[in-house]
Amino acid sequence: MITATTHAAEHPAEHYPGGLMRWLTTTNHKDIGTMYLTFSLIMFFVGGLMILAVRAELFQPGLQLMKPEFFNQLIGVHALVMIFAALMPAATGFANWMLPLMIGAPDMALPRLNNWGFWLLPPAAILLTLPFTLALFGIGDGALATGWTFYAPLSVQGGMGVDFAILAVHILGISSIMGSINIIVTIFNMRAPGMTMMKLPLFAWGWLITAFLLIATLPVLAGAVTMLLTDRHFGTHFFDAAGGGDPILFQHLFWFFGHPEVYILLLPVWGLMPHVLSTFSRKPAYGYKAQVYSFIAIGLLSVVVWAHHFFTAGMPVPALIYFMFSTMAISLPLAVLFFCWIATMWKGAMTFETPMLFAVGFIVLFGIAGLTGLILADVAADAQYHHSYFVVAHFHYALFAGGIMGVMTGVYYWLPKWTGHMYSEKLGKLHFWLTVFSFNLTFIPQFFLGLAGMPRRIPDYALQFAEFNAISTLGAFVLGISQLLFAWNIWCCVRGGPKVESRVWEGAEGLEWELSSPPPHHSWEIQPVIK
Amino acid sequence: MKTAPAHAAHADHYFVPQPSLYPVILSVGMFLLAFGFIQLINNFGAGKWVMFGGTAVILYVLFGWFGKVIGESQSGAYRDWEDRSFRYGMIWFIATEVMFFAAFFGALFYVRVISVPTLGGMEGAHGFSLWPEFAGTWPTSGPKGANFTPMGAWGIPALNTALLLSSGATVTWAHWGLLRNKRSQLALGLAATVLLGSTFLGFQAYEYHHAYAELGLTMGAGAYGATFFMLTGFHGFHVTLGTIMLAVILLRSLSGHFSAERHFAFEAVAWYWHFVDVVWLILFVFVYWV
Repeated sequence: MITATTHAAEHPAEHYPGGLMRWLTTTNHKDIGTMYLTFSLIMFFVGGLMILAVRAELFQPGLQLMKPEFFNQLIGVHALVMIFAALMPAATGFANWMLPLMIGAPDMALPRLNNWGFWLLPPAAILLTLPFTLALFGIGDGALATGWTFYAPLSVQGGMGVDFAILAVHILGISSIMGSINIIVTIFNMRAPGMTMMKLPLFAWGWLITAFLLIATLPVLAGAVTMLLTDRHFGTHFFDAAGGGDPILFQHLFWFFGHPEVYILLLPVWGLMPHVLSTFSRKPAYGYKAQVYSFIAIGLLSVVVWAHHFFTAGMPVPALIYFMFSTMAISLPLAVLFFCWIATMWKGAMTFETPMLFAVGFIVLFGIAGLTGLILADVAADAQYHHSYFVVAHFHYALFAGGIMGVMTGVYYWLPKWTGHMYSEKLGKLHFWLTVFSFNLTFIPQFFLGLAGMPRRIPDYALQFAEFNAISTLGAFVLGISQLLFAWNIWCCVRGGPKVESRVWEGAEGLEWELSSPPPHHSWEIQPVIK
Repeated sequence: MKTAPAHAAHADHYFVPQPSLYPVILSVGMFLLAFGFIQLINNFGAGKWVMFGGTAVILYVLFGWFGKVIGESQSGAYRDWEDRSFRYGMIWFIATEVMFFAAFFGALFYVRVISVPTLGGMEGAHGFSLWPEFAGTWPTSGPKGANFTPMGAWGIPALNTALLLSSGATVTWAHWGLLRNKRSQLALGLAATVLLGSTFLGFQAYEYHHAYAELGLTMGAGAYGATFFMLTGFHGFHVTLGTIMLAVILLRSLSGHFSAERHFAFEAVAWYWHFVDVVWLILFVFVYWV
C-alpha cells in the first residue's frame, strides 16, 4: 500500500526544476513546508540575537552597550520577529508538511497560493529589519521603537521605522491569511473518503481553529495599523483626542487581534501534543471529543477577552469585571486539555525519547504560564503586575515553553519522517535538558523582578534588581547557545544518519506513518479509504 | 485507523499545478510597492518610481496568473473537487474582508458611543476638562477640529444606494441568464451591472469633490472626517475592484466562457459584489443616516 502511492512513472510529462528554481517555483506542500520551517529556524536565531543584546545590556544596572532608543527598537523587533517570522511560520510549516499526510490528501488544496504565502515572508522580514541597516547609513532613526504593540500616540510620533513595521505587518498578515484559507479549504475538501470531522487528527483540529482565528482577527490588525498610518501621514484623528478620537481605541483594536494571536501560536501545538503523548505512552489519546470541544471553546472565548491586556488604561468597572471573568473562563477548557494530556500518559507504557521529553516539559512549564496568567487576569492584582517583568516572564512561559518548546516537540517527532533519518537522541536529550534548565534560569528570576516592581521595556534599573538580572542574563546566554545544538542536530539529520522505517515510532498511529520516510513526492495521490 | 487497499480507493486525481514563478514575482512586486510607498510618505524622491515599478510587476502577474488559471479552467482541468476548493477559498476570503471592514465600523462605533461622549462629559464626571466648551455630540471633528458640514444622507448617497441595490439585482438576472443558457441576458445583465457600478463610482468622486471643495469635510476633519473617508474610501476601492472583476467576467462571457454547470469565476465575482453591496447598506445607515 505504501508503494501504491509512488507514481513517478505515471507522470512522464512532469518536469520539476532543480536548484534555486525548485524552491522559487514549487507547488509541492513538502517543499513549501521545508521552506517555512527553514525560514522559521533562521529567524529564530535572528530574533534570539536581538534579545541577547538586550539581556547583555541588562546584565548590570546603568547603560553600557547601547542607547535607550536602540534598546527599544531591539525589544519591539525581537517580538515581531519571534511571533510573525519564527513561531507562526513554524506552525504553518508543520501544517504544510503534515496535514496532507495525516488526512490522506495528495497535496494542499491551493498549491500556488501556498507558495505565495511563503514567499511573502522574506520581503516582510526585510522590511521589518531594513531600518536597522538604513540607520547605519544615516537614513532614518532605526526600526520601530514602540514595542511590538505599536501603541498610539508613541507610534504616531515615531520615526520611519514605524512605517516599515506597518507595511511589514500588512504583508505578514496577507501571508498568514493566505495560509489560513489554504488550510481551511484543505481540511474541509481534501480529507480521505470516510474521514469524518470527528475522525480528523487532533493536529488538524488545532490548526482549523487557528486558521479561523487568523481569518477573524488579522484583518482587524490590518485595519488598526492602517488607521495608524493615516494618523501619521494623512491627517486623520483616529487616536487623537483633540479630534474626537482616542489612543485607547488603538489598544482595543490591537488586542482584538493580539489576544487571539496567543491562541493562534498555541493551538497548533495543543493539537500536536496528544499525538506525541499517545505515541510514547502507547495508548490512544484520551478524550478526543473533549479536546475538540475545548479547542472550539478556547477559540470562541479568545475573541471576547482582549481588554485584559490594558486593565490599567482606564475602563468602566463593569467592563473590567466582564473582561476579568471571561478571561478566567478560558482556564476551564484549558484545564480540560491538561487533564486529557495527563490522562493520555496515565498507566501508559511510557518511554522518554526527545519528543516525549519536550512534550512533558511543555506540560509542566506551560502549566506555569496558565497559572500566572490567572493571577494577571485578576483586575485588582494586575494593577501591581501590569507592565512589570512578571508579565514578561508569564508570556515567555506561554510562548517559549508553550509555543517554541511545542514546536521543538514537533520537529523532533516528525524530523525522521521528513528526512528518512534518525537524529541524534544523545544531542536531542542534551538540548532538552539545557533548554529547560536555562529557560527557567532566565525567567524564574523575572517573576521575582516583576513582583518587586521592575518595569519592562526599560534599559536601566535600580540597584536592588541587579542580582536577578545578572542571573537572568546568564540563563539567556546559555539558552541561546543551547539552541545551536538544535540547529546542528537538524543539520546532521538532514544530511544523513540511520535510516528509519515508515512507522518511525513504535506506538505511532495515523495515516502519516503509513507513507515511506521520507514520503513520496506526491503524498496520497490515490486517497486511502478510512473505515 | 484502518486503511483499505489502494485499488479500492478514490479514483480521482486532484489537480496539482506545475511549478510556477508567478507567486514569487508577485511578492517582489508587493515588496517594491510597499518599499516605494514608505519612501514616498517619508519624502524620498525615488519613492513613486519604485511604486510604479511594483505596480507594473503586480499587474504583469495578475494578467499572467489569472490568464493561466483561465486557460486551465477552459481546458477542463478543474472538476467538482477543485471547484469546491475555489468556492471555500472565496468564501473565507470574503470573510477576511468582512473583518477588515469590521475594524473600521468598530472604530466608528467606538468614537460615537465612547470617546466623543466621554470627551464631552469630562467636566461633569471629573470636574475638569481640557475643553469645557466641547459638547460631545455627533457629528463632530472633535474639541480642536475645524468647522465642517456633514454629508447629508438623502442626496447622492441615497441615489448611490439605489444604484448598488439595482446592480445586485442585475447581476442576479445575469446569473439566471447563464443558468438557463440565455447568453444575451447574461451579457446584458453584466453590462448593466458594470454600468451601475461605474456610475456609483462617478457619483462618489463627485461627492468627495463636493466635500473637500464646499463642505470643509476632509480626512483631517476629526473623528467624523476620518471614519467617513476611511469607510467610504475603502468601500469605493472595493467597488472599483468589483467593477473591474465584473468587466473581466463580461469579456469572458462574450468570448463564450462559462457554462450553466460550471462558472465558478462568475459566482465568485457575484458573491464579492453582493458583499460590497451589503457593506454599503450598513455604511449608508451608520455613516450617512443615523
